[in-house]
Amino acid sequence: MPTITGIAYKNLRRKRVRSILTVFGIALSTWVLVSLFGFNEGYQSSLNKDIDNLGFQVLLTAKGCPYEAATLMLQGGKGLRYMPENTLDSLRANPEVEELTPMLMQTVFDVNKGEDGGVVGYLGIDPVTYPKMKTYLTFRQGGWFQDANALEAVLGYEAGELEQREVGDKILIPEKNVEVMVVGILNRSGTQDDGTIFMPFKTMQNIFGVQDQLTSIGIKLKKDTDIAAYEEKLYELEDVQVVSMAQVKNTISSLVSTARVMVMSIAIIAILIAMVGVMNTILMSVLERYQEIGIMKSLGAATAHIFRLIWLETAILCFIGGIIGSGLSIALSKATDALIRYVLPYSPTGSLIRIDAPLVLRSIGIIVLIGLVSGIYPAWRAARIKPIEAIRSSEGEL
Amino acid sequence: MSQVLIQTHGLSKVYDRGSEQIVAVDKVDFELRAGDFVSFVGPSGSGKTTLLHLLGCLDTPSSGDLNVAGTPIFQNGKSLSERQLTGIRRDLFGYVFQKFYLIPTLTVKENILLPFAFHKRAENALDVLELAQRLGLSHRLTHLPKELSGGEMQRVAIARAMINQPKIILADEPTGNLDSKRSTEIADILADLNKSAGLTIILVTHNPQLAAKAGRIIELRDGRIV
Repeated sequence: MPTITGIAYKNLRRKRVRSILTVFGIALSTWVLVSLFGFNEGYQSSLNKDIDNLGFQVLLTAKGCPYEAATLMLQGGKGLRYMPENTLDSLRANPEVEELTPMLMQTVFDVNKGEDGGVVGYLGIDPVTYPKMKTYLTFRQGGWFQDANALEAVLGYEAGELEQREVGDKILIPEKNVEVMVVGILNRSGTQDDGTIFMPFKTMQNIFGVQDQLTSIGIKLKKDTDIAAYEEKLYELEDVQVVSMAQVKNTISSLVSTARVMVMSIAIIAILIAMVGVMNTILMSVLERYQEIGIMKSLGAATAHIFRLIWLETAILCFIGGIIGSGLSIALSKATDALIRYVLPYSPTGSLIRIDAPLVLRSIGIIVLIGLVSGIYPAWRAARIKPIEAIRSSEGEL
Repeated sequence: MSQVLIQTHGLSKVYDRGSEQIVAVDKVDFELRAGDFVSFVGPSGSGKTTLLHLLGCLDTPSSGDLNVAGTPIFQNGKSLSERQLTGIRRDLFGYVFQKFYLIPTLTVKENILLPFAFHKRAENALDVLELAQRLGLSHRLTHLPKELSGGEMQRVAIARAMINQPKIILADEPTGNLDSKRSTEIADILADLNKSAGLTIILVTHNPQLAAKAGRIIELRDGRIV
């Protein structure tokens, strides 16, 4: 027994190339839509994760541009400024402070890195306090250095891969010609730490000749501390910059929002193009089947039946396109991730695109809904066909 | 006397072609009873197809009355709604056209059963296998229309028109696209359906051989019955 759904499906197979092209257009729109939604969810959570993983709520850096400080903290950077190490002592006197961790960042140019050389970042840390704040860091091999002055290094996962070193091997610090022993290699954490080479900050002060200097101090506050009030208090210190993690989130989010609006506009244009494509395909199909639809009406098909038939064709196209597009967006999420990373001013280390089942279902739902809206006009045109007009148009006789 | 199925009074259809008015059907009074087999004959442009469309509730008259199976379809310039007309067409009529109008993507069986895609199968609906056998289509049920001969396609169209056991079959030049052998075949099928199944048939044709199969031949000229 033929059904309206069956008739709709078979009709779409009649002009295969046209249907495939339309489905392709819808799939591309779905890809854009799913990726965009995935980006909206993924970016924010990766950013939050990056910042929460810092283990401290406030970062104190030597005075400078706050944006530069934020970038420095999250990505590493040049143009370093220093603050005296004894700042630690004055901070320790604050009752709000639960833990402090001093950091000293240094970069050197390594001619052997990549084809044309590259910058290698070293982070001097305190082997006692830093691991306590970064509890998520676990070791693939070895462990943290025990001595604050040891000529030892711990490699982040990617740094370990890049240097191709095992525990017990030595690495050479270019420019300084100092060799340090690798005592630990971290597991992958999905954070900035993966690419970092850690050393005791005292050792780094000696190697780089910046005795009693630090680039930043991470401050973990006691629970229920009024962070904003404490930040105000920190400004009483001279030549320091206070970077609040809440501020960092806002700053980065606002930097990215412009890019997000741009991506959204592209998505809307892609969807509009797909809508016009769907409308065109279905309308052409209706006009080509003018007589067929007229005959169906003479066989008892009501206006609602014809409307449903045409609408179903639209829904089938959009549903298939939606599924293919979702598959495409999942398969290409890594490439899309890389593309967005290339375009955006700052990207967190975690996955920028997070696609899950509810997101895919929501996107397919939106695409089908948009398709149904585009199908209204062709379906309405088809439903209005009168049997006599269809027959007369072919017989050409009074 | 058998039941009156169609009755018209002063039925007319006029087309406006700019300043010119073309009278296609001119004040036709006509009566059709259950079991009748009527042929409309006449030259091209005599209005026979237009009259058939009016009687089959496919077209609306410019003036006049039309009653089908006791239901006033057009009366005093008023017509039933499109929805009601759909019901009348579905329940009372089966249409057969010169160009067959089969759905190319559906098999023969699906084409015959097409009316049931849009409404529930009536209790008195015919069995598709029996009908196919009667029209010599049993071996073609799974084929697509493009795999059939012209005669077979028209037989499928007849089967589709009959599946719902309509009261009246309207056939517009059913042999117009067929060679003489296939035409005779279709003519014999229609005559047999009228004789053995008591089906009421109105036929429009140029073919005198086909027209001769009917019990009543009505000639039209300039939209009038002569």
